[in-house]
Amino acid sequence: MTGVAIAFWVLAVVAVLCSLLVVTSRNPVASVLYLVVTFFCLAGLFVTLHSHFLAAIQVIVYAGAIMVLFLFVVMLLNLGTPQWFDVATTPLTAVALVLGVGFVAALAAAGLGDFEPSVVGPAAGVPPDVLGSTEAIATALYSAYYLPFLVTALLLLVAMVGAVVLARRER
Amino acid sequence: MSEIGVGHYLTLSAVLFTIGVIGVLTRKNAIIVFMAIEIMLNAANLAFVTFAMSIGDLGGLVMVLFVIAVAAAEAAVGLAIIVAMYRHRETVNVEAFTAMRG
Repeated sequence: MTGVAIAFWVLAVVAVLCSLLVVTSRNPVASVLYLVVTFFCLAGLFVTLHSHFLAAIQVIVYAGAIMVLFLFVVMLLNLGTPQWFDVATTPLTAVALVLGVGFVAALAAAGLGDFEPSVVGPAAGVPPDVLGSTEAIATALYSAYYLPFLVTALLLLVAMVGAVVLARRER
Repeated sequence: MSEIGVGHYLTLSAVLFTIGVIGVLTRKNAIIVFMAIEIMLNAANLAFVTFAMSIGDLGGLVMVLFVIAVAAAEAAVGLAIIVAMYRHRETVNVEAFTAMRG
């Protein structure tokens, strides 16, 4: 096995285990911490795909900013201890589990594991280290995608104002 | 087995997405439902990066940046809604949030 293959299997197994623990853990604080591990594993997987810039963004924004926000709300609302049995016990839950596992099994049976895309992109010949570099992403972001980039800035402003207005205590 | 291809990453992405769906459907704690949604967004990001690097298209990598930005906005507004609902109901159980039921 090559180094990349070993890294992939280790990161993949840890990511799946930790995301399973996120959705099965009874303690929300434990869920948040398992989610941080999952995000670090995905950042590692981005590195194995030669996308170093996105790996850094994944760690800074997801594992840093968004997770601190989650942890803040869990602590603020004092949800550290499970207060009620919070797994839905309707027949729909069993249906969800069966359909979810069936979906993955159907994809595996359809040969997703051996899938190779037949489409050729505009930068097909470029080596992966150049394609995933900060310079390449920045060039695309500030030329072809500059309008969506500006709209994203507006979206973040609206979300910030919205969050402050929603969470403010009414007088 | 020793060679890691596109299929391996896509299968992992599908597995993570399914775990997220199961989390959304089976949990009643609104914050854990939110975390399951974040897992689903990350699974989609992994598929985006895999396809972008394998077919050679920068659009997929730029789209991941937008997904992360939208996820940050969504988490901020969603958690603010949870805090506001907690003030009214003293719980984060999604089954208690019935104000908009038709």
